[in-house]
Order: sequence, then structure tokens, then C-alpha cells
Amino acid sequence: MEHIRTTKVEQVKLLDRFSTSNKSLTGTLYLTATHLLFIDSHQKETWILHHHIASVEKLALTTSGCPLVIQCKNFRIVHFIVPRERDCHDIYNSLLQLSKQAKYEDLYAFSYNPKQNDSERLQGWQLIDLAEEYKRMGVPNSHWELSDANREYKICETYPRELYVPWTASKPIIVGSSKFRSKGRFPVLSYYHQDKKAAICRCSQPLSGFSARCMEDEHLLQAISKANPVNRYMYVVDTRPKLNAMANRAAGKGYENEDNYSSIRFQFVGIENIHVMRSSLQKLLEVNGTKGLSVSDFYSGLESSGWLRHIKAIMDAAIFLAKAIMVENASVLVHCSDGWDRTSQVCSLGSLLLDSYYRTIKGFMVLIEKDWISFGHKFSERCGHLDGDPKEVSPVFTQFLECVWHLTEQFPQAFEFNEAFLLQIHEHIHSCQFGNFLGNCQKEREELKLKEKTYSLWPFLLEDQKKYLNPLYSSKSHRFIVLEPNTVSFNFKFWRNMYHQFDRTLHPRQSVFNIIMNMNEQNKQLEKDIKDLESKIKQHKNKQTDDILTKELLHSVHPESPTLKTSLCFKEQTLLPVNDSLRTIEGSSPADNRYSEYAEEFSKSEPAVVSLEYGVARMTC
Amino acid sequence: MEFAELIKTPRVDNVVLHRPFYPAVEGTLCLTGHHLILSSRQDNTEELWLLHSNIDAIDKRFVGSLGTIIIKCKDFRIIQLDIPGMEECLNIASSIETSEWRLSYVNKEFAVCPSYPPIVIVPKSIDDEALRKVATFRHGGRFPVLSYYHQKNGMVIMRSGQPLTGTNGRRCKEDEKLINATLRVGKRGYVIDTRSLNVAQQARAKGGGFEQEAHYPQWRRIHKSIERYHILQESLIKLVEACNDQTHNMDRWLSKLEASNWLTHIKEILTTACLAAQCIDREGASVLIHGTEGTDSTLQVTSLAQIILEPRSRTIRGFEALIEREWLQAGHPFQQRCAQSAYCNTKQKWEAPVFLLFLDCVWQILRQFPCSFEFNENFLIMLFEHAYASQFGTFLGNSESERCKLKLQQKTMSLWSWVNQPSELSKYTNPLFEANNLVIWPSVAPQSLPLWEGIFLRWNRSSKYLDEAYEEMVNIIEYNKELQAKVNILRRQLAELETEDGMQESP
Repeated sequence: MEHIRTTKVEQVKLLDRFSTSNKSLTGTLYLTATHLLFIDSHQKETWILHHHIASVEKLALTTSGCPLVIQCKNFRIVHFIVPRERDCHDIYNSLLQLSKQAKYEDLYAFSYNPKQNDSERLQGWQLIDLAEEYKRMGVPNSHWELSDANREYKICETYPRELYVPWTASKPIIVGSSKFRSKGRFPVLSYYHQDKKAAICRCSQPLSGFSARCMEDEHLLQAISKANPVNRYMYVVDTRPKLNAMANRAAGKGYENEDNYSSIRFQFVGIENIHVMRSSLQKLLEVNGTKGLSVSDFYSGLESSGWLRHIKAIMDAAIFLAKAIMVENASVLVHCSDGWDRTSQVCSLGSLLLDSYYRTIKGFMVLIEKDWISFGHKFSERCGHLDGDPKEVSPVFTQFLECVWHLTEQFPQAFEFNEAFLLQIHEHIHSCQFGNFLGNCQKEREELKLKEKTYSLWPFLLEDQKKYLNPLYSSKSHRFIVLEPNTVSFNFKFWRNMYHQFDRTLHPRQSVFNIIMNMNEQNKQLEKDIKDLESKIKQHKNKQTDDILTKELLHSVHPESPTLKTSLCFKEQTLLPVNDSLRTIEGSSPADNRYSEYAEEFSKSEPAVVSLEYGVARMTC
Repeated sequence: MEFAELIKTPRVDNVVLHRPFYPAVEGTLCLTGHHLILSSRQDNTEELWLLHSNIDAIDKRFVGSLGTIIIKCKDFRIIQLDIPGMEECLNIASSIETSEWRLSYVNKEFAVCPSYPPIVIVPKSIDDEALRKVATFRHGGRFPVLSYYHQKNGMVIMRSGQPLTGTNGRRCKEDEKLINATLRVGKRGYVIDTRSLNVAQQARAKGGGFEQEAHYPQWRRIHKSIERYHILQESLIKLVEACNDQTHNMDRWLSKLEASNWLTHIKEILTTACLAAQCIDREGASVLIHGTEGTDSTLQVTSLAQIILEPRSRTIRGFEALIEREWLQAGHPFQQRCAQSAYCNTKQKWEAPVFLLFLDCVWQILRQFPCSFEFNENFLIMLFEHAYASQFGTFLGNSESERCKLKLQQKTMSLWSWVNQPSELSKYTNPLFEANNLVIWPSVAPQSLPLWEGIFLRWNRSSKYLDEAYEEMVNIIEYNKELQAKVNILRRQLAELETEDGMQESP
């Protein structure tokens, strides 16, 4: 709290981001220890977590006040106008401090308390069990075993303790290979395809320079290919552009020489590095943030940002993996430079194409836990959790989510979860509200004692799973039904609901998805109602026959049970609100009113008309 | 037409009548062919009998769903009626309002305007002689006619051809009188010219032009720029070519999509339509829309504005009527525009995907308001197909007069009679439709206007998974209806059993 000088400012204006007529809402701005809160005159609340703030900017003073622009990591952009410069300055300074923490212990997760006791908390952390996951894949087995080489993080600090390797790979081989790989990240199992007996393995680049070799590394690769009883050659996929990989050779790193490794087929797939991705997203956001954007600026901006090209490259690489396993029955070893960015993208996406389990809510959590969290994707650095090197920040995980979203668009029935699930996960990789994504590797997380001091996100998502269910999901599908996405360029679209998540004026006013989702829920309720009613009718019929019998026998009259009647009334009432919720159109706040954007001419002269009719936004159908 | 036919709501209960010197009376309001009657339905209480012909003017006001109609009579009396229910109030008001419009048969022989239908709606105060004069002042004889009447506030959309002012600023008093006749006292209207100011100015050299402020002081002119003919045709050719080449890398695809300008046209047309709708619904001003001929961009704008404003045009029958009225009868030259499509090398001068652009715009709105339309995407695709090639007579010819000469009504079948069969209709019905009476404002930001894949990628990628998902959605909705029906039956059954019980139990 020591950073907060002003906790409340009144008469603050929140500008509509896309309004060409400077439409705004007036309200009060509050600053808490964890959030920035704006309550407008309609009592609508906008909460912004300090950790979500990517940048705060104070613009030049205007006649109406001091503009403050806040850009968030979840792509929310808010533009406030604070009447007094002094207040604006205070808030600006506070936000600068609050949004960039120096220590992990100052992050929200360490103070967040969802009112659970210690055992509930622990249970939450045990929800995802990777040992279980490997068992589900079918390892250990006669070809693959659990290695204890990294039990104490001695061989590789950024890998998890538990690693699966071919059983023929002895400890000296592992140690030797790890010395020949960047950051000691030697080849290990990422996914095992039980049906094909083929594996996806992952590692970092070899320290081959121009001519160096390592017998142990060559052995390990051979062991991996021999662990596949069907096909003896395997693919080594370097996810980098060839030029980058070659440049790395000068620094004593590089890529595998096919001549030195028996039975490998080497392949580049050309995904760009974190710096290219960072600036690509930046360009994309710049274009989209433009007021009064023209169609041709939008598309030329989309093109020059290169964003969709990168998404397609990642998708193509994942498809390469899936094909190698399904068509050629070959194992694949994937690496990039350090093997924690592009490698995580490609391995996880490849597995998702191959195994329908990862397309379920729980399975998707497992996938993220396995290929991203445990294998040391540097979440804290990539998401800029702490005040650190801005050059380490990169939307690598966001790209993974976007690839999954593209798959959900092409295969609307293949995923148990919906878009809201992806958006919620994206929200939380930056929120620092839960411990899952803090730190850069498992070792660091253990040192931070996250399991004792913070909560896991997954049980909370699972508890809320109704919100994240895809109503069209067809669960009948067989486990090994492979998704074969079409990656012709026209299939890649701009993900409006991610990058304009908070710009409601750009969204469809009625969501088919929500309607179907509610209807699905309602159907379940109706099925229950039918059962209830049927049993009550049966009861009544029995009672009538009983009554006749008793009447004949005793000539006595029983008063009707009052509980029956009340419960029936209650049921009838509950049906209605469900119906009503189906009818409401999304984005029903006055701020969403977008009609004045068609022409500037009116809004200037007649602002009174603008506020007259919010019926459009509040409409029901 | 009998007056009684105009009465949509003949009776409303719980209406409160306010008159000077009398206490307010609550009663039932009835409309007959000649009278407006209020009865409190109690003996010996006074009743209001008012001749329609005694009504001089009416005002409407709404507070929530309570409507108020103030009737000003020719004998200077002013009375007020409070009517519960917005719809009832509007219906009553529109029934007693004296119409300012009439049907004109001036074009019966297609002599005044060859591209107009025999019957058009024009201001009551303008006689046929004046219409003939106006026709000589408007491109193609297309004098201003009524396109849409906004029941909520009585504002209208009119459409016409450009005024033939030429370089020396010719004027036509009858033309000015005609369009001024549509304005309420002290109100201004908007002329939306679908051409840029530059293009409109250039048109003067060829005898065309636009409404000069000096001669039309009550009208404010707004220029938009919707492209025409070969520019649109080229846009379509480029777009289809881009969609058909599966080998394009991402950059090339995006740059080709951009270079086609198709979505720019979509945005421009939609924006102009929204602007017209905004004038009507928000500014409370009437609008005259024209471009050059008034047969292309003009119709895109007038018909889309109606989709936005008028809930009925979002139903199947309403949309069919809209196409009949605003495209076929209004003289969009389908034969010329749809002679060739995107693959033809021998370019003629008149092809342009004007109608397809309109359908694409409708699709864009449908996408943003998926529950507000009674029809689905397939309906739009079907219309696109039939506009270009059809076994029915509906889209043949360039105008009503041509269709008459071709005796299409006798010699061909109408597309509508085929489509409106229940078995066909079911393919085109949107299972999510829930009628709403509201104006729907679409977003026109580029991020909200995607490529219409159902048309442009239809033959380039399999839609198997999307179709299956659609079917699943339909199943869920059908199942929901089934369950609701079953619950209702069971409830009734249970209620019956309970009353039976009660009867048996009561001594």
C-alpha cells in the first residue's frame, strides 16, 4: 500500500476506445492494493488487476483534464481523463510501481485467499498428476522408462525431476548427451503414441558448432529411434528458420549433422524467435488500435505484422509431427534453441492433434502442465511477471492458444472446451493470481514453495466448468482420432475475441454459442423436471387407487400434502428465468452503443440524441 | 382500399381518456371504419365518439411501454389517450393518422419511367402532372418515390435518380415541391448521395448533378462513395481469384484479399445504409437517397436500411417482399448486372455484383445478429445462385416493363412460389430466430466484417465439420422444444390429477 497516495478520484472520464466522437463515461476511479477500479454512473464496474497492466502512459494535458492510457496484457486498453493533473500524476506513479513488482513474494498469488483450508489447497495442486498422465500414455513400458537422472535437478535445472527416456539410455549416455545440449536439455519423451508405438521427444539444440560430435548424444538419438519397433528412422525437427540455426553454429551451437547420426531425417520448419514474435504482436496491436481503421489498412497491417504467418508456421510444424507419427509411424525429436518456446508450442500442439484426451478440459490442463509448465517454458519472463528484461517478454503461449482456437474453428465438435476457456487461461498466465504460471521452471517453483503459499488455478476452472463447456462437443470420438487441419492461408483469421476481448462494440450482439450453451443447460434441467413430474404423476395415480381403497375401508379423508403443491409452483417459476436469459442480447451496456460511429456529423451537434435511446443495446429478442 | 383494412388493432382495453373539464375515464377504445369510440362499459357514463374526419393532427409520446396519443381536432378540441403497450399505441396512431401518401398510376404504361413499376407511392399533395414534370428532371425518369415508411416516427426513405441539373444549374420547382412535401413543418431532411462530391460534380458535365443547397434549403446533403460497375466487377474477379489459389502463402493471401477491395465495398455500403437508418431512427429526419441512375448503390442502401430498421424485412416473407419491392420492382437491371460472373474473360460493360454485395452485407448483419433473422445463410446463397442462373422467371429481365413484355407471369414460374413450399422453406429457416421489434445496429469496423466463406470458399474447402456442427446445433434446439412441450403436458396432467384429488377429498 505504500505506493498508493490517492485512493479515489471522482469525475474521471473513461473514453470509448474506438469512438471517433470522443464518447465517454464519467465515474469514480479507485485504487486498491491489487486492482484499479472504475465505477461509472450506471454503476458498471471495470476492474483491472495491477499485474495485467503492461504499460501506463500519461499524455499531454488537455482542457478537459489529464489523459492516462493503460494497456493491459489481456489486450484491454483504457483511456481515462483525470480532471486534476496532480491526481493523474499520483495514480500514474502508483500504477507504475504496482504493475512492476521486483520480487515474486509481492505478486498477487501470495496474498490471494479464496477461503480454502490447507488440505483443499493441497488437493487442488494434486489435481493434475503427470505420473498419471504418462501412465495414461502407456509409459513406462518395455521401451520407455522413468529416469532418475534429474531427480535432484543435477543434470538439467530447467527440466522436471521426472523424465522418461528409452530404457536403453544409461545414465552416462544421458549425462554425456546433456553436456552436448544447450542448458543441458537432453532428448526426453514428451508424448508416446500407444497405438503407433511412436514418440514425440524434445530437447534443445546440440552444441555442434561446425564439426563437434558427441557419441553419447548420437547414442541417445539412436536409442529413441530403436524404441520404436515399427519404424527405425526418426525425424529430427529443428523448429527454427535454417538461417538462424546456421548462425548459431558460429557460437558453438547449431543443429544435427545427418551424417553423424544413424537413421535420422533432419528437417527445418522455420518458426521465428521470441523477438520477432514480440514485435509482430506489437505491430498487430498498433494496427487494431487505430480509430476509424479502414479495411485496407486492417489487412495490410495484418499482413505486415506477420502474425498469422507465424501462427500458420506453428500449425504446419505440429501437423508435420502428427503426420510423421500417423502416416510414417516414425518418432520425432523436436528442438529449437533452448527447447522451451517453439519446442513447447510444437510438441503440445502435435500431441493435441494426435490425442483427443488433450481436447478435453482436464486433458488440456494436463497438456499445459506437461509441455509448458513442467518442461520449463519461462512463464515469468515471457509474461513479464516481474520487473525484468523486456526483451525476454514474448507471446509464445498466446500463440499456442491461438493455434488451438483456430483448431476449434475448423473442428467445432472436437473440443470439450470453448473459447471462453482459452481466454480465461490467457487471463491467468498474466494475472499472477494463482501459482501455476509463476516462476520459470519447476526447480524455481519448488524454491518459492508455491504449493504451500499459493493456490492452483485448475480446480477453480474445473469448478466453473459449465462456463467453459462446448455445447456442440461430440464426446463419442475415439481417442486416436487425428485432427487434420487445413492450413491453406485463407483458413487463418484474425482472433477478434482475443485481441478485442474488451471492445464490446466490435462483437456480435447475439452469441449463438451462448444461446446453445444455455439451451444445453436448460435441456438438462428439463430432463430432470420430466423425471420429477413423471414420478409425481405416478405417485398421484398410486395415491388415487390407495385413496379409493382406504376410503372404502375407512371412510376417512386425508388432507393433501402441501409440500407437493409448493414444490410444483416453484418449478414452474424456475423455468421462466432460464428462458429469459436466452433472450438477452450480449453487450447490453450503454457504453456499447455504436450507432454514432457511422457518421461524425451528428454526434457533435446533438449529443442529447445519443443518450436518448439505449434501447438498441438493451434490446431483447 | 377500405379504411377498415388499415385498422391493425381494432380494440384496446384499459385506455385512459383525458379531456378538459372532465375527470379521466378508463375504458375500452374501439376503432371502426369511421369513428374512434371510447366506452367505460358502465351504464350512464359518457362515451367518446369521434369521427376520424374530425382529426386534424396527432402526437405520440412514450414513457416506458405506456404510450400517449394526443388528438387535436378540427373543432379545436384537444384530447389525450393513454394506451398501455407500445405496439397497440403505434397501431392505433397509424390507423387514425391521415395518410400523407397516395398510390400513383402515372407510370401505368411505363411511359414516364421505363424502369419503374406501374404503381408507385408518392406524396398525396403532388399530382400526376407534377410527377411527369419531375420525371424529366431526374435521371432515367426516376422521380422520387417512397421506399420505406418508419412507423415509429413517420419518417421516410425516398429514392430517385440524380437530378439533371447540368452545368448551368437547372432547377425544377415541382421536384423541390415533391420532396419538400415529405417534410414536417420546421424539419430538415437529408439527401444521401451515394457518390463522392467529386464524382457528383463531374456528373454535371454529362447533364447530371446533385441537389444545390440554394434550391433545397431544407435538405442537408451527405456524400458517400459507393463504387460502381467495372470497379465492383474487378473486385469480385480479384477476390474469387485470390480464394481459388490454395498455394498462396499468408502474406500473398492477405495482400490479395486486401487488393480485391471487396470488404472495403462491403464496409462502405453498410456504413451508408447505417447512416440512412440513423437519420430516420435517431435524427427523426426523412431521407432521399440516390446515386447516378438510382438502380444500384441506391437500392443497396435503401434495402439495407430497411433490414436495420424494419423487423419484418428480417423474416422470410418480409425479405422476399423487400427483394421484390426494392430490387425487382425498383428496376435493378438483373439481366445486365448478372450476365457474367467472376470467371468470364469477355468483359461487357454492365456486369457488376451489386446484388451479391447486398447479400453479403445482409450476411454480415445476420452474423452479428444471428437470432434476429428468420432465414439462414443458405437462403442468401440460394438467392445469389438464382440471380445469376435460374429456372424461374423471377430474376429475368431488367425491369418490370421488360418482364411484362416477356409475359413472364404467364410463361415462367416464380421463384417465390417454389421457395415458399414448406419442404423447401425448412432448408432456409434459422432455428435460432426469435422475433424482435428493434432496430439493429451492426458494427462496421473491419475487425467485425469477415470474408463470407459460405460463398467465396464454398468450393475451396470442405465444410463437413462445420455442417455437422450446424446439425448438432439444430438438434439441440429441436430437443429443447420437445422437452418443453413434454414438460407442459406433464404439468397439465399433474394439475388435473391434483384437482381430481381435491375434489375427491372435499366432502
